[in-house]
Amino acid sequence: MQKHMADSTWSLVDAAPAATVAPRHSALVRITHWITALCLLALLLSGIEIVISHPRFYWGETGNPMTPSLFDLPIPASRPWVNTGYAFVLPDQNGWSRNLHFEAAWAVIFTGLAYVISGLFGGHLRKNLVPAGAGLTRRALSKDIANHLRFRRPDAAEAWSYNVLQRVTYLLVIFVLFPLAIWTGLAMSPAIVSVFPFLATVLGGLQSARTIHFFVSVLLVLFLLIHVIMVCRAGFSNRMRAMITGRAASRNENP
Amino acid sequence: MSNLSRRKLITTGLAATAGASGLAVAARLADRYGLIPPDHGGVYGAGTTLTYASHRLLTRHSLAREFAPSQISKAPFAKLRPFKNEAFSRMRDSGFVDWRVEVDGMVARPSSISLAELRSFPARSQITQLACEEGWSFIAEWTGVPLSHVLSAVGTVPEARYVVYYSIQPNWWHSIDMADALHPQTLLVHGMNGAELPIGHGGPLRLRIPRQLGYKSVKFITRLTITDSLERFKKGGNYSWYAGI
Repeated sequence: MQKHMADSTWSLVDAAPAATVAPRHSALVRITHWITALCLLALLLSGIEIVISHPRFYWGETGNPMTPSLFDLPIPASRPWVNTGYAFVLPDQNGWSRNLHFEAAWAVIFTGLAYVISGLFGGHLRKNLVPAGAGLTRRALSKDIANHLRFRRPDAAEAWSYNVLQRVTYLLVIFVLFPLAIWTGLAMSPAIVSVFPFLATVLGGLQSARTIHFFVSVLLVLFLLIHVIMVCRAGFSNRMRAMITGRAASRNENP
Repeated sequence: MSNLSRRKLITTGLAATAGASGLAVAARLADRYGLIPPDHGGVYGAGTTLTYASHRLLTRHSLAREFAPSQISKAPFAKLRPFKNEAFSRMRDSGFVDWRVEVDGMVARPSSISLAELRSFPARSQITQLACEEGWSFIAEWTGVPLSHVLSAVGTVPEARYVVYYSIQPNWWHSIDMADALHPQTLLVHGMNGAELPIGHGGPLRLRIPRQLGYKSVKFITRLTITDSLERFKKGGNYSWYAGI
């Protein structure tokens, strides 16, 4: 029985056009990638909706329309009591925005946990993301940064393995930006902070947490933009195919 | 091959049945321990239920942060738009001496409590932050009678699960579960920063629930209804019923 199963699996692989297509991303990486992408878009859209109800930022514990701000976003607000300098008020969409924001936050937490736990035990993080695998040297890193700054088309080998800059960036997004977004988000929850006061006090207070949450979101948007631009430069259809079907076309016979 | 697919079918079926019954058991347990919020249905039900359930498990004995007198905001903000209400204007002109709170529903002694009586009840003062869902916040000292004191005075029945509280403003109410209603920091506030509660902040009487966002701290309280079901009380607005976030 076991042998029979193995045989049928192999014959399936053989039937596929193996000469030009090879496995690239595991099913887990692909599924978590697309759920995270969807959640990030939902979080950004709803986050923008929430922030326009009060586009002012403060530092410390408190801040409101009666106190000076750290900085103001140069946009109109969806509430009339915020002095933005604009003569009109945007429509208030906080109802569905808040619900969507927290639903997407829960989804991204579960997805992230599944990805990190399986990546730790399955070797994905060690093999594909730890920069040592691609030779973490200052030269390699500065070469990658220069290539990125010019949006230069990546070479063929990079279709099969992340370069050093990619590895460092992905690790920063996974282990710094997302956790920081979750931490600062929780620090804005009066109930969570009643159990873990340090979540807010370590950052300087509720309003500091909100301001950091905003800057982390800006960094995530920046990452998303560069990520999409580089995917387009590297060959949109092949990279999309790799992240959707798991298999990528190779230009050389033996990648 | 047919052997294989039959086996696959059976395992998938078993896994699906186990998963479904596991979920059903979890839902029954969650309901029994009060972990399901009234707005658990709909597209956003999953998120709001996860938040409510995890908070109910985590915040059982937690107290909202209290601050030092030096941290009280010099400029507490109130976003009150002027509203026309004859009953309110009349009572304001007579210094709110006629302000009363009706308490009804699942209580042993339905009551009508005057503002003077509420002020004579044992008061508690706490310096907590009011955080609005919009993003702004301020810190103030709030003085009032713990809601738990009023509830024990009227004698809530054991089946009671929620307290619905009404503003004098038409069609404006919210509700909380008994965990928050009996929480020591949940106050019927009549004083702020050492003076009477200003009208802008909900004077003469407002509810304060410092472990939830500001929209649950309804202003101008005139009625409390104790109930075991919120079916009759449609949620105010489309915001999450639980606002501990």
